[in-house]
Amino acid sequence: MAVLLLAEVTNGELAIDATAKAVTAAKALGDVTVLCAGASAAAAGDAAAMIDGVAKVLVAEDASLGHRLAEPTAALIASLAGDYEHIVAPATTDAKNVMPRVAALLDVMVLSDVSGVVDGNTFERPIYAGNAIQTVKSSDVKKVITFRTSTFDAAGEGGSASVESIGAGDDPGLSEWVEDKVAASDRPELTSAGVVVSGGRGVGSEENFALIEKLADKLGAAVGASRAAVDSGFAPNDWQVGQTGKVVAPDLYIAAGISGAIQHLAGMKDSKIIVAINKDEEAPIFQVADFGLVADLFQAVPELTEKL
Amino acid sequence: MKVLVPVKRVIDYNVKVRVKADGSGVDLANVKMSMNPFDEIAVEEAIRLKEAGKAEEIVVVSIGVKQAQETLRTALAMGADRAILVVAADDVHTDIEPLAVAKILAKVVEEEQPGLVLAGKQAIDNDMNATGQMLSAILGWSQATFASEMGIDGDSAVVTREVDGGLQTIKVKMPAIVTVDLRLNEPRYASLPNIMKAKKKPLDEKTADDYGVDVTPRLEIVKTSEPAARAAGIMVGSVDELVAKLKEAGAV
Repeated sequence: MAVLLLAEVTNGELAIDATAKAVTAAKALGDVTVLCAGASAAAAGDAAAMIDGVAKVLVAEDASLGHRLAEPTAALIASLAGDYEHIVAPATTDAKNVMPRVAALLDVMVLSDVSGVVDGNTFERPIYAGNAIQTVKSSDVKKVITFRTSTFDAAGEGGSASVESIGAGDDPGLSEWVEDKVAASDRPELTSAGVVVSGGRGVGSEENFALIEKLADKLGAAVGASRAAVDSGFAPNDWQVGQTGKVVAPDLYIAAGISGAIQHLAGMKDSKIIVAINKDEEAPIFQVADFGLVADLFQAVPELTEKL
Repeated sequence: MKVLVPVKRVIDYNVKVRVKADGSGVDLANVKMSMNPFDEIAVEEAIRLKEAGKAEEIVVVSIGVKQAQETLRTALAMGADRAILVVAADDVHTDIEPLAVAKILAKVVEEEQPGLVLAGKQAIDNDMNATGQMLSAILGWSQATFASEMGIDGDSAVVTREVDGGLQTIKVKMPAIVTVDLRLNEPRYASLPNIMKAKKKPLDEKTADDYGVDVTPRLEIVKTSEPAARAAGIMVGSVDELVAKLKEAGAV
């Protein structure tokens, strides 16, 4: 049984953490071939070849694949699908854009955000914002899957897979890239950080988010936010943790001024240790916290930053 | 231009989900149901396009149980013009898979010939995040998912998408499928007069068979279980105590 894994490649670079976590999940299904697609993808392909458990790497370089537009990327994957029983990817926004399209082109269902592999046809996935876990058995000949990266450990290095260049698929020319707005940051990436410090509506303003960021920088942590904080313009969209934002499971998650709506809990409740700081002792976030502190975050967060 | 907006009836986002004791699913009997929040945003965006003179007619469609009629009435009360209900299940616990939904929608698109389909990016029940992309594949249309901003400019749409690294703007050829994210707009509430008026707006009832689509699921639900519960935590009285506990736990 063979598995085709769409690597996460951004501007020619391999997102190693997300890809290596998907490799761990995929290894249970068969020999893993990793596909690196992009305007430039050769370096990503070389990096992917070193992930432990990768049997082979395919590199597709073409201008049409440069910005991970769904149509050309899905067309390429569908054209390769014949050789594979499982077509998988880490559940990033890029893959969530592409993989359902691949599934429909193959006339099969997609399995999104899979958190557990039972066997080659049977998978676990969270539904209802993680308030239930469903085990489903696919009757499709091909399984198209995205893996929830927070539930799998990254595969190590030490592989030496062969790398082969392939052509791009057909570009239907339906969309074109205009621009990316990506904030440069020295902080670790949210979904792979060991520590995450998040702020919510209680933080009150974009300026006040500096308190959260200071604590994060002291701990070498990534910064997260609740939906309320993002909607209010306190924090950028890519910081959102939750059901429809990023799902994180760091060793330590500190939530300040976050009430703990189920949609937020869905994105962080698998963290190893959860700390909640909120002035409202009734806030639902305390129900999932290992350590809860009822306090004004404007006093507690700076004090914590100082004392850690 | 006609805009088609698929809407789904789901458990209200404020309701605490209960897994049935026999593991057969989530209890949906006598639970408050509402329009999927992302679909509300899609309906709102369609209405704004109409108000801006960029769309002439808004057709909403729901696929599922007969009770989805209420969801369609809500969309009509918000400002949609016409509704199509495709009855594809009898039991409120039956979830029609995105692939089957997309196939039915593709047939509706063939009949209605909209210039744009605006859909929620995901339903908050099955969290699949798939229907828009699948519909786009079946129709061979362009797709712009997770939209936080959009504008229509002649025969193309410029859409800003919420992605992992931040924002991406793309330009897609019309007709297109756009799936909407949280920050696109804030949906309006339907006023009482509009709720009354909505009762008189046309609502066509069809079945999946009318469209010749087989809705047999590809994924058999083996079981549904509660997620592992977290062990109860403790409340600390001060930052000092918190620091001590974190050190004790080896977290810092």
